[in-house]
Amino acid sequence: MTKVSMTVNGKPATAEAKGNTLLVDYLREGLGLTGTHVGCDTSQCGACVVHVDGEAVKACSIFALEAEGAEITTIEGMAAPDGTLSAIQQAFQDYHGLQCGFCTPGMVMSAAALLKENPRPSEQEVRDYLEGNLCRCTGYHNIVRAIMAASGQESAVAAE
Amino acid sequence: MYAFDLARPTSVADALKALQEEDAQPLAGGQTLVPTLKARLAAPSTLVSLRGISEMQGVCHDDQGRIHIGAATTHAAVEREVAKDYPGLAALAGQIGDPAVRNRGTIGGSLANNDPSACYPAAALGSGATIVTNAREIPADDFFEGMFTTVLEEDELIFSVRFPVPKVSAYAKFAQPASRFALTGVFVAQFDDGVRVAVTGASEDGVFRWSEAEDALGRDFSADAVAGLSVPAEGMIGDLHGTPEYRAHLVGVMTRRAVAAAG
Ligand SMILES: Cc1cc2nc3c(=O)[nH]c(=O)nc-3n(C[C@H](O)[C@H](O)[C@H](O)COP(=O)(O)OP(=O)(O)OC[C@H]3O[C@@H](n4cnc5c(N)ncnc54)[C@H](O)[C@@H]3O)c2cc1C
Ligand code: FES
Ligand code: FES
Repeated sequence: MTKVSMTVNGKPATAEAKGNTLLVDYLREGLGLTGTHVGCDTSQCGACVVHVDGEAVKACSIFALEAEGAEITTIEGMAAPDGTLSAIQQAFQDYHGLQCGFCTPGMVMSAAALLKENPRPSEQEVRDYLEGNLCRCTGYHNIVRAIMAASGQESAVAAE
Repeated sequence: MYAFDLARPTSVADALKALQEEDAQPLAGGQTLVPTLKARLAAPSTLVSLRGISEMQGVCHDDQGRIHIGAATTHAAVEREVAKDYPGLAALAGQIGDPAVRNRGTIGGSLANNDPSACYPAAALGSGATIVTNAREIPADDFFEGMFTTVLEEDELIFSVRFPVPKVSAYAKFAQPASRFALTGVFVAQFDDGVRVAVTGASEDGVFRWSEAEDALGRDFSADAVAGLSVPAEGMIGDLHGTPEYRAHLVGVMTRRAVAAAG
């Protein structure tokens, strides 16, 4: 065990990790940040997506030691400190972009990465970008609607 | 996962030293290796992370117009950085997996792994690329030995990959929708001195060149020129996603689509 430090949601964080400790276990068990979910543990589902130095990464597929010194953003870092939801989170609520909510942290983190790269994506671009995020409740249409709305393109997704 | 140490060298020299240790193994993006470790299909003593080695990152050009890509360069970086100079290769990199996989997975890891359904082996073989290791330079034609095997020696590290740039090129991928790997993918590249056609995802021997199509396209670079050609189903992969006959059929279809897209 060694102490591993990184910046998580803007604050310095330190917890113990072994060579084979995954980033997602470091976050959930080391730091108690259980918002990042583990859906498959086989790199397929995207429930564990966090940002590492600004890029979307599956936290179940990298080791904590590889992220030493990095800037990490998790779902817990998306809302303002007073609890006000980010535009993407608010849109997920407004457009019923979640059902059980298990996939939602990864969906929101992938959506945030997309909108940073491409602030006004087409619906197809949203769908392509979410290729690695699976929703077992299959709420994909509303997830896409929420992301379109969060990008200020509400008219394109008028509720059916 | 079994226990192991994680080494993070910052130079190639230190990485090679760390790899001398018994049962040490390179870790690039981990997008193949981490799931393998979780399944306990590998038991390294030490993983040597290549991500911190700046000499193995990035894209540059030489005076003969060839593109050199560091082995630890991610798919996302290749997609961005060769978009202008080698659009066919950029488009292939941009079709690998999903964005989070592309932010971590690397060209060196993909070639070393030589998954029979992976995309980069088709680009390397279809471009006539050269795989540069710490020990030697290996033409892509000699590099791939069959499913998950290459000529790489134990402890040999891919350092970079050198691509000659074709006049036109394109990759046509029929994605297996669950894994997003290629059920069958074809990379076509037209050079001044001929055409190369590399097929991935289809054969039990891994990536291969379809020489009959190369000859036909060398005479006439059009989808029609290969319309009458076919590959035998024998030796093609058969699984729940597709029969050998289906894959053999896809080889023809995807070759025509790649030629049409390359224009
Ligand atoms: C959900 C998902 C979808 C995917 N879809 C696709 C797809 O559509 N097409 C596709 O082609 N791939 C796909 N992949 C695989 C992905 O591209 C991997 O990133 C790639 O195959 C391995 O690269 P890596 O950098 O992650 O290597 P790692 O997983 O770190 O390593 C793989 C192997 O290569 C060795 N190695 C790594 N670097 C070197 C080096 N420089 N020299 C020598 N040996 C080395 C390692 O020791 C290990 O044995 C997918 C993966 C996932 C998880
Ligand atoms: S838990 Fe990481 S991809 Fe599913
Ligand atoms: S809302 Fe239940 S898995 Fe997506």
